[in-house]
Amino acid sequence: MKFSFRKTLVAGAVAAGLLATGYAAAQEQFIGLPSYRVGPYAAGGSGIYGGWIDYMQLINQRDGGINGVKLTWEECETEYNNARGVECYERLKTKGAAGNAMFQPLSTGITYSVLEKVAQDRIPMVTIGYGRTDAADGRVFPWVFPMITTYWSQASAIVNYIGSKEGGTDKLKGKKIGLLYHDSAYGKESHAIMDKLAAKHGFSVEKIAVAHPGNEQQSQWLQIRQMRPDYVVLWGWGVMNPTALRTAARTGFPREKIVGVWWAGAEEDTVPAGDAAKGYTAAVFNVAGANYPVVKEIQQHVYAKNLGNMEDKSRVGSVYYNRGVVHGIIAVEAIRIAQDKFGKGKPLSGEQVRWGFENLKIDTKRLAALGAEGFMPELNVTCSDHEGAGVVKFQQWDGAKWNVVSDWIAGDRELVRGMIEESAAAYAKEKGITPRDCSKEG
Amino acid sequence: MLYREAGQFKASYQEDAQIFPIRQDRIGFFALMAVVFLVVPFAASEYWLQAILIPVLIFSLAALGLNILTGYAGQLSLGSAAFMAVGAFATYNFMLRIDGIPFLVAMLLGGLCAAGVGILFGLPSLRIKGFYLAVATLAAQFFIVWALVKFPWFSNYSSSGVISAQTVNIFGYAFVTPQAKYLLTLAIVTVLALAAKNMVRSTTGRKWMAVRDMDVAAEVIGIRLMRTKLQAFAVSSFYCGVAGALYAYTYLGTVEPEGFNLDLSFKILFMIIIGGVGSILGSFLGSAFIVLLPIFLNVVLHSAVGAALPAGFGSSLELMIFGALIIFFLIVEPHGMARLWQIGKEKLRLWPFPH
Repeated sequence: MKFSFRKTLVAGAVAAGLLATGYAAAQEQFIGLPSYRVGPYAAGGSGIYGGWIDYMQLINQRDGGINGVKLTWEECETEYNNARGVECYERLKTKGAAGNAMFQPLSTGITYSVLEKVAQDRIPMVTIGYGRTDAADGRVFPWVFPMITTYWSQASAIVNYIGSKEGGTDKLKGKKIGLLYHDSAYGKESHAIMDKLAAKHGFSVEKIAVAHPGNEQQSQWLQIRQMRPDYVVLWGWGVMNPTALRTAARTGFPREKIVGVWWAGAEEDTVPAGDAAKGYTAAVFNVAGANYPVVKEIQQHVYAKNLGNMEDKSRVGSVYYNRGVVHGIIAVEAIRIAQDKFGKGKPLSGEQVRWGFENLKIDTKRLAALGAEGFMPELNVTCSDHEGAGVVKFQQWDGAKWNVVSDWIAGDRELVRGMIEESAAAYAKEKGITPRDCSKEG
Repeated sequence: MLYREAGQFKASYQEDAQIFPIRQDRIGFFALMAVVFLVVPFAASEYWLQAILIPVLIFSLAALGLNILTGYAGQLSLGSAAFMAVGAFATYNFMLRIDGIPFLVAMLLGGLCAAGVGILFGLPSLRIKGFYLAVATLAAQFFIVWALVKFPWFSNYSSSGVISAQTVNIFGYAFVTPQAKYLLTLAIVTVLALAAKNMVRSTTGRKWMAVRDMDVAAEVIGIRLMRTKLQAFAVSSFYCGVAGALYAYTYLGTVEPEGFNLDLSFKILFMIIIGGVGSILGSFLGSAFIVLLPIFLNVVLHSAVGAALPAGFGSSLELMIFGALIIFFLIVEPHGMARLWQIGKEKLRLWPFPH
């Protein structure tokens, strides 16, 4: 077979075209989003993934991507179901030019289901405000990043906040704190740490379980009324939270004395309770409000062009939405830091992005540059500490919106870290993992 | 034309009593087995093995368990997921607490534990029937999940109540790759499915069906009701328990008690209703339908046309189409997909000359 000049030319053009498209596609960083927009937790899922997508859209629209690398993403509906989450993980992991850069399932159950797979597939898993607490020990869990704050740090910070309201943690002695928890793995995360804190500060803890879903709490609140605790910590989820506030109002327990966790501190938890929620305080690692420059920029660059992800635009600036923006900021900053090391303007593999997460540093200056000062805490992730911050702010509901009522409050770092290392060491022993030597990591 | 049994004579009782009396069926079955055992592990990608085929097989086993109880013995149950949980947690504890126990032994013991719990919760079936029994088995569903969360011993005092499965090791070979896990699951499911098929063709199964069709009449002809019903509960729970163990060990790797909730029980019930109540094949078809259809819809609605739809719309549409298809199937064929298969076969026998 003879090759004519024309044929060669055509073949060459086709090949060049293929290379060019290959090249163009290579300048994209793929992020798989195992989202959930239906089912009982759709309010959280649609807000957080919506905010995250909007932030990535902002980076693409305003900056043309990260050093020219456009972000691409694909959603996969998990319905908050473990089996579906695993399917999504497997489906998304090989997509994009360099594979899935990170996995963030927004579900503790799915986190556990893929915990060992991410290490095999070399994809970092970032669980911001949920997931496996002891994974904060990066020596045992190099691929998992339970960032900003773990449940244990949060519990400790809540106790410190209550202490500060009483005029110092030494005033906690002899006080009684009720712990109204969701009767599930999530709710039980609070037990060990609260017991330790109670022993340390000399207060007593009354644990009261609420069975899922928790839309009937009359007996629990009567019990609380009999016990007369000084404070109630609301460790709830979903419909349990507004029900707790409404029942507290009916039984006459002051809402000012109820402190919620961050999964009990969104508009979705207070608005359904109506007036009963007024005065209620909750911990958060990202604040509510649309007045931050980063949210304004999203309005300007994304929603003005009609590219926004939220169907209900009034939710922009809500707690869940802003939490999604925090997810976006952390993901983008990690990729940026990893690009500094592995080559700017190139899509990175999951392994390279993992390095970015492990060396993630967002100080106040950087936060200001991002337009997120006071919006989220400073982060300093290291090889051994995958948590990075361990602080929360407290917001109070005034009947219409959340108002920040505290600065960033840290937990009892030493105590929490000790528990994390103990638990991680037990896991390492059970699984036969040799913890990394962090002094040798570059 | 090809599917014709003319000329196939049965000369012995064995031939008459075999599972596939028609030669073409036998050939088809062995060809299918050859494909799933020899071709699929090498041809299928990791995604297909790990995310599609393994769960379909595991849910088939669970559906088979429920089918034995509901389809053959006529006892409605809503506790299948709880029995799976018993199997998973029992296997975990056997592996954890008995040093060097082989996985298969731990799994069988886990299945037996589930069978024991199944007998316990089957006791009400001696007094109550139908929907009332279904409500009684709901108690099993809630009680078992509650107990697994309540007593930290079951999850080896893990702070969140989650167990993470040990590596499966059989005769020194570690089952870690998706191919190995798939083959292990497939082998176990095949053996148990053949056992179930033979059980329902034998005295045991005939007694179950007699009880299902009319328990008073069954008692009159000398079938001991208590024994038969509890036996059905035990066998069914054993199958569910083994399915639960596989769910933890070859599929997810890490399970929490809440994962085995009422939703999962309902899902297994839908599998047998869609697949065919009282049919072994139906368990497999129903499981494939319920597991695969949502994934297929998700791929279509998110990957293919996802960008064109507003966020969240695709996910909602997915549920609507899924629900509509289930209703459509039940109207078109109330006896399930297994019945469609049977009709297809009968048509094929006459084809191309239907009279």
